[in-house]
Amino acid sequence: MGSEAISFYLFGAIAIGASLLVIAQRNPVYSVLLLIASFGALSGLYVLLDAPFVAVIQIIVYAGAIMVLFLFVVMLLNAPHEDTEHDERVHPLLRPGPMRFGAFLALVLAGELWWALGRGGDTGAFPGGAVSSVRVIGRSLFTDYAFPFEVTSVLILVAMVGAVVLAKRDNPRDRRDRGGL
Amino acid sequence: MVTLNHYLVLSAILFSIGTAGVFVRRNLITILLSIEIMLNAVNLTFVAFGRALASADGQIIVFFVMTVAAAEAAVGLAIVISLFRHRESLNPESFASLKW
Repeated sequence: MGSEAISFYLFGAIAIGASLLVIAQRNPVYSVLLLIASFGALSGLYVLLDAPFVAVIQIIVYAGAIMVLFLFVVMLLNAPHEDTEHDERVHPLLRPGPMRFGAFLALVLAGELWWALGRGGDTGAFPGGAVSSVRVIGRSLFTDYAFPFEVTSVLILVAMVGAVVLAKRDNPRDRRDRGGL
Repeated sequence: MVTLNHYLVLSAILFSIGTAGVFVRRNLITILLSIEIMLNAVNLTFVAFGRALASADGQIIVFFVMTVAAAEAAVGLAIVISLFRHRESLNPESFASLKW
């Protein structure tokens, strides 16, 4: 087994294990930190796929910015545990009823994906000539994909305004009645 | 030898984990985290296919997906904060006013 295969299985195992722990944790702070570990492993996989640009923005944007935002909100809300009495007694993955049905649906999805991938046959090794140069990606982004790129900036602006409006406090008079957050 | 199929199977497993998280967990923050897991599984598929086709398009699509994920996380977390102010809870079953 070559070093590429060893790295693939190592990073893949870290990604799957950390993602499983993300949905098995009770405390959202641990979930966020484990998801950062999973993103680090995915970043290693992107390096194996000759995509260093994606690997770097995975670390900087995802693990660095988005996950810090999540962590900030988790700590701001200060409600780390699922808060009904039932949830305190039973582990989140072992609850009855609709949740077991949901887990069953996820298993069905996994089986279907497995079946669909098994029918494709062996794809063989990757061909040569990977596009790993940031220069090529940037040129394509600003020529062929110039319009989607500009629309993205509008999307970010809308999301920013939306987040400010949604998270804004209510009327000061209401706040005095309820005590506020 | 690591082939395209290896990456697709890994991505399918990660996507299923994310789906299970959305269905099983009863915490709005964890549900948003599961959505991020699913987005990352799809990103892995894009990069793997881009590598297999020797094209830059896969990586560019990943760039756009990450932008959308950032916008979604910002708005989603703002909604979570606003909901928590109303009900002092993160359990989605507390927000059933629109359910018949």
